[in-house]
Amino acid sequence: MLEDKDRIFQNLYNDGNADLKSAMSRGDWLNTKELCQKGKEWLINEIKISELRGRGGAGFPTGLKWSFAPKEIGSRQHYLVINADESEPGTCKDRDILRFEPHKLVEGCLLAAYAVGAHKCYIYVRGEYFNEGNKLQYAINEAYEKGLIGKNASGTNWDLDIYIHYGAGAYICGEETALLESIEGKKGQPRLKPPFPALIGLYGCPTIVNNVETIAVVPTILRRGGKWFASLGKKKNTGTKIFCISGNVNNPCNVEEEMGITLKELIEKHAGGVIGGWDNLKAVIPGGSSMPLLPKEICETITMDFDTLIENKSGLGTAGIVVINNDQDIIKCMARIARFYKHESCGQCTPCREGSGWMWRMLERMAKGEASREEVDMLLDVTKQIEGHTICAFGEGSAWPVQGLLRHFKKEVAKRNDFNPLVNKNRNIPYLVDQHLLEK
Amino acid sequence: MSIKKISKEQPDKFEFDKKNNEVAKKIIQNYPVGKQQSAVMGLLYLAQKQNDNWIPLSAMKYIAKFLDMPYIKVYEVATFYSMYNLSPVGKYFIQICTTTPCMIRGAYKLVDVCKRKISNKENNLSDDRKCSWVEVECLGACINAPMMQINDDYFEDLDENKCEKIIDQILSGKKPEPGSYKGRKNSEPENNRKTLINLKNA
Repeated sequence: MLEDKDRIFQNLYNDGNADLKSAMSRGDWLNTKELCQKGKEWLINEIKISELRGRGGAGFPTGLKWSFAPKEIGSRQHYLVINADESEPGTCKDRDILRFEPHKLVEGCLLAAYAVGAHKCYIYVRGEYFNEGNKLQYAINEAYEKGLIGKNASGTNWDLDIYIHYGAGAYICGEETALLESIEGKKGQPRLKPPFPALIGLYGCPTIVNNVETIAVVPTILRRGGKWFASLGKKKNTGTKIFCISGNVNNPCNVEEEMGITLKELIEKHAGGVIGGWDNLKAVIPGGSSMPLLPKEICETITMDFDTLIENKSGLGTAGIVVINNDQDIIKCMARIARFYKHESCGQCTPCREGSGWMWRMLERMAKGEASREEVDMLLDVTKQIEGHTICAFGEGSAWPVQGLLRHFKKEVAKRNDFNPLVNKNRNIPYLVDQHLLEK
Repeated sequence: MSIKKISKEQPDKFEFDKKNNEVAKKIIQNYPVGKQQSAVMGLLYLAQKQNDNWIPLSAMKYIAKFLDMPYIKVYEVATFYSMYNLSPVGKYFIQICTTTPCMIRGAYKLVDVCKRKISNKENNLSDDRKCSWVEVECLGACINAPMMQINDDYFEDLDENKCEKIIDQILSGKKPEPGSYKGRKNSEPENNRKTLINLKNA
């Protein structure tokens, strides 16, 4: 288990306070000026050494992303945008960072903005997090008052303004280009890539978009060194991560642990075990609802990091672990997730807009056992038609959980939906419209 | 996509009051000159707050003029995002998360309580017209499931009885305390803490 001194978010449960004085006593804002004086290259390089991968779901190397920003600031100013539109079912880590460690985020914003050459930073907070947004605004105001940000921020000769932009309940705005559209005051519909936001982003200017957790760990990494961060976890999957364990466990919680910890340890030790014991486990969604679920056999041994989960045809995503035990109906659970995606599809690409609703309706019937035998295969076909045929990754997000269900629980689905269409039984009805179905 | 119902009864006129006018101008300053359209989401929130938690069409027209942008663009934004209410809701607006992590911990029991106590159908006002409820998608408090949001506050770790008590309090005009109803601290594992122990005891 990770030692307490190596945990970055010391105030994850708000044992102390979130205000500036308490944050400083935990080491925030200690030597921000000196860090910046080491120069942009050093900052980016140190993050590259740490092998920090984005915590928002895709796991893109952060140092590499920063290095995509143009070296010199041209006629277009640079922007830094923080994605705090946390809406992935099963995930609630950013909420606790906004509430209890806002200064880590604000300081991270300054360091990141310095590294990518941005004078303006927007933090996109989801609309439902109104109270959390207020706490963040309070922290920003404190930082302005003490001159930590604003003109000549922390004495670094760098100007930085931070603004909060509230979303309004659209899951799709967690996608980086949809988020930029939303800040521009439009519907949150994703843009085609390329051009990537690092070159043409907010208002057509170079923009770096990062998740809250990614930015909040930056100050600690720079202070303790990229090597320290890289020494934790596994190769290429370094550092610590906040895991959110929800669902049918005895003590659902957020916990910061090393990458590559076993799933079983997370559930048994930190979350107090599965309700009804480990044997009562049915499946686990390892990384927020858009990642395919894992059945119990895989859960026994799997470790929680990007690469191992991809090998097992799932993904770490946001590390929102949803535990489902045998008391639940797994098909019903997936039908509800399909409904989520139907509701949240932005409607721009046809495969996702139509397909998400189609999958939901099919799954609802399958949960009741009203679907026919052929439809089980048809469902898989629909997911394949969505996957890879949309502008953003939302298409995959809606198709993968259903594929996961069919990959591991197809027998169960097929058993419940075993009836043949009526036409096969009554072969001799002359006026049957569906005659062609009989010719197989 | 979410379905938006636009109210049939619309007020003729809408204008920001003096205080909101100031706030609106401040919001516009957050964005670069000439990009005032970015403020549309913030201004819609203001209008919603000022107008008893819903946005009439006249407010959209007013905001369009305020920001010097086409009315249809404001309409587009207001109908796209689910948090803008386009028809009247209760003074106490209850949102229950029923996405899978909440569902498997019994969110539909809370829905039953709301059906019994407030109104049989979602989006319908209660008898005293003070309250309405709606099922929503993930509110981002999954480890505190099941939970509901009343106006801006989160009520977490609920069950049928606790939910009933909270709604009773609201219907009788009291203000229940937000936060966890299991007595646990924020998102820590209840009675099972293995990390950051020194800080807890400090």
